[in-house]
Amino acid sequence: MALQGDWTLECLSERLARVDELKRAAAQGFDASGIGRLDTAGAIILLDVIGGDGGIGKLHGLQPRHDELLRKVVAANARVPEEKHENAFLDLLARIGESTTTIWRNAVRLTAFAGQVLEAMARIVVTPRRWRPTALAAQIEQTGFTAVPIVSLLTFLVGCVVAFLGARVLRDFGATVYTVELIGYAFLREFGVLLTAILVAGRSGSAFTAALGSMKSREEIDAIRTLGLSPIEVLVVPRVLALLISLPVLTFIGMMAGLVGGCVVCIWVLDVSPVMYITRIYEMVPVQHFWVGISKAPLFAFLIACIGCLEGFKVSGSAESVGQHTTSSVVQSIFVVILIDAFAAIFFMEIDV
Amino acid sequence: MSGLQDEAIIEVRGLRNQFGAQVVHERLDFSMRRGEIVGVVGGSGSGKSVLLRSIIGLVRPAAGQVRLFGEDVLSASDKQRQALERRCGVLFQNGALFSSLTVAENVEVPLREHHRELPDAVRKRLSALKIALAGLPADAGAKFPSQLSGGMVKRAALARALALDPDILFLDEPTAGLDPIGAAAFDQLILTLRDSLGLTVFLITHDLDTLYTICDSVAVISRKRVLAHGPLCEVERFDDPWVQDYFQGPRGRAAQNAASLHSHARG
Repeated sequence: MALQGDWTLECLSERLARVDELKRAAAQGFDASGIGRLDTAGAIILLDVIGGDGGIGKLHGLQPRHDELLRKVVAANARVPEEKHENAFLDLLARIGESTTTIWRNAVRLTAFAGQVLEAMARIVVTPRRWRPTALAAQIEQTGFTAVPIVSLLTFLVGCVVAFLGARVLRDFGATVYTVELIGYAFLREFGVLLTAILVAGRSGSAFTAALGSMKSREEIDAIRTLGLSPIEVLVVPRVLALLISLPVLTFIGMMAGLVGGCVVCIWVLDVSPVMYITRIYEMVPVQHFWVGISKAPLFAFLIACIGCLEGFKVSGSAESVGQHTTSSVVQSIFVVILIDAFAAIFFMEIDV
Repeated sequence: MSGLQDEAIIEVRGLRNQFGAQVVHERLDFSMRRGEIVGVVGGSGSGKSVLLRSIIGLVRPAAGQVRLFGEDVLSASDKQRQALERRCGVLFQNGALFSSLTVAENVEVPLREHHRELPDAVRKRLSALKIALAGLPADAGAKFPSQLSGGMVKRAALARALALDPDILFLDEPTAGLDPIGAAAFDQLILTLRDSLGLTVFLITHDLDTLYTICDSVAVISRKRVLAHGPLCEVERFDDPWVQDYFQGPRGRAAQNAASLHSHARG
């Protein structure tokens, strides 16, 4: 039987369609002199037809360059590994197990890293010549100062929303005047710090991961190490300190903006004068709520900064890895912030503050 | 048949490339024949990569004509261009492997995009074959580019460039950053692939050993055009200070000696 035409990738489907037919005819051998162009894709199919490398003898009148190509493909094919078939169910179990241990390992690593950072901070505090005021100032500007507009706008708007909600719900009980207390309690105790922390986690936590991650992937972190410096001291401590300063300040700004937002709605909907609003907040909302709220800010700041920096250090090689860890950094820090806030709520309730 | 052999597979006429005020190429002419391995050399920033990019259509020249397989690239319709692009395999300087895909998936990308009709099994076999042809170990297919060494990245990129069985292979500094053993092995790989797959190879290189071992002819790009193009022994003697420095400098001499020793040993 004569083999005709081109055996290339372009016309592979036609060749594939006839493989079975040709296989049955293989025993008598083929006249291969009519084969036009041949490439590696065609060669694979041709080898299938003649039953593998043992069958090259069945091709009579093969052109020398085609013969050479076939032998090259046979040689390469010998090194192609056998395909492994995986069990989908076992695969699923393995993935569940893997994710579970990853959560545990992440928690352990974060704790260890937080310990290292605290230790480095303690060491630096007693040696003033190792302070890095320039880096600290730059970080404060980036994480704190530039975040003021977005934090105040967002908390202002949420303040308005809470006030509307209070006015609407409390009207049914004829207690609309308590809207002011609602805003005061909510913002001083919870929303001010929580909203600010979530915003900062999305804004600065991700920036930390991206910055350290791209340094890691360009081996800059290794360079820092070989220069006899500690990456934690040079890169992490200024960021942690900056956030420890910025977040409480931002939280305070957030609280105030929230109260102002509430005030605007109270003036507009409830006919409460600004003076009355302030007096009522002053008299009816105990200052301890402010302390409860602001006391959580440094804790959140420390955790966000640690998670952001640690995820940056976990980056390996590719630019894609930077993206993955940035996402993971934001998700983790927001999760941790809300979790800690929930625990703090229970704790403060138990101790009656 | 001989007519086919002599046909110019790449033909560039009067090429002019300009970025802002900086002129990279001015009235540049270049051509190469089917089955040749042409080494393109030139100082850093002389526009070797820009020439490659103009030929494959990544850079649109300010003036001039580029013909691939006898067809005008610049006036071709999108469809014609795609058909031309399928016949070209490109190995970029840093591999340009897609980092989110494994090596095997990288090789499958062009097959998947251009030959949707192929059954999965055939596509997998083809990609495994290309990976083996490029000289990668069997387990490399499942790895991600970030897990590979520099030499393996180049080989994986070569496997992807070979995916569609191209007629022309464009290589941008394939041996840069490889150790001498890896570089020599890569040279031999290109030679055997050229011989068995009938490839035409456009090779940008700084590696004098590569020039002396595998190139049929050499094109020197300098002063915005192709200064000299011909067999190595002629280009070596070309009367130009830069060419003389390049080939008669200490490194050029060493590579020459090594090559002549090698051919004596073989002869």
